[in-house]
Amino acid sequence: MHDLIAISPLGATRPRIDSHGPVTLTEVTDRALASVAARLGHEAQANALVASLIGAQAPGPARMGGETLMAFWMGPDQWMLDAPIDSHEDLAERIKAEAKGSASVTDQTGAWCRFDLSGDGLADVFERLTNANTRAFTGGEAQRAAVEHMGCFLLCHSPRHISVIGPRSSAGSLHHALLTAIRSAH
Amino acid sequence: MLINHPLLGPRDASEFVYKGDAALINRPDPDAPDALEQFIDYGYLRDNPAGAHRELWFHEQGDRSWLVVTRNTLTHEITSVELARDVARREGRSK
Repeated sequence: MHDLIAISPLGATRPRIDSHGPVTLTEVTDRALASVAARLGHEAQANALVASLIGAQAPGPARMGGETLMAFWMGPDQWMLDAPIDSHEDLAERIKAEAKGSASVTDQTGAWCRFDLSGDGLADVFERLTNANTRAFTGGEAQRAAVEHMGCFLLCHSPRHISVIGPRSSAGSLHHALLTAIRSAH
Repeated sequence: MLINHPLLGPRDASEFVYKGDAALINRPDPDAPDALEQFIDYGYLRDNPAGAHRELWFHEQGDRSWLVVTRNTLTHEITSVELARDVARREGRSK
């Protein structure tokens, strides 16, 4: 066996945590991701597949849903599934087996990095970073938007807890942008 | 300029990329006897209307859908926005 050391998107052995003012910025490394895109003519089956996976209706445009295994909308008839990596490291393989050809399923775990912002005044941070109207978020929104020129997903669990999922290869730039905006706002 | 995305509501034009005349949806049949002339027209010739213009926009910094936007080239007023796939299917493409 190779003796490899797993590193986080920011290159450390442990996820980074920063606190400034009322906001805590946490690097999240314990989630598995897989995209599900309906194949032409199988949109209804793909919709039902996502619904059965998350135990709730497949989320509509710019929404997310589910609990342990959750999904957010990426585009028409496309979703990203998100689950704890400890129990779902093979998320894409499992979904692929259930999809039975109705959807294209792609492992996305290593493509993205995720930072969670928690605390008060998050809208003050995001209005410095993105077009998305985070001030109107109440919980359940999942929007793709540019953050410092990087295409990111913003997931609003509640107005006091928002996740930013961005390209893993730009994790350092995204972390810098988020931390700079937090320091600017608070 | 705001583009009223059919699924996501009004979005700033900076999130989109302009992809050309919506006539690009109607790719000619390569097996037609006059395919060469049709492809020259398709590839190089564009109308340049002063007024309503149907054009393709790609929501790059959003849900990455392609839209057919009808925009007045004189006033920038947008009169209709549809998902390009709905337009294409209605016109008998992409079945």
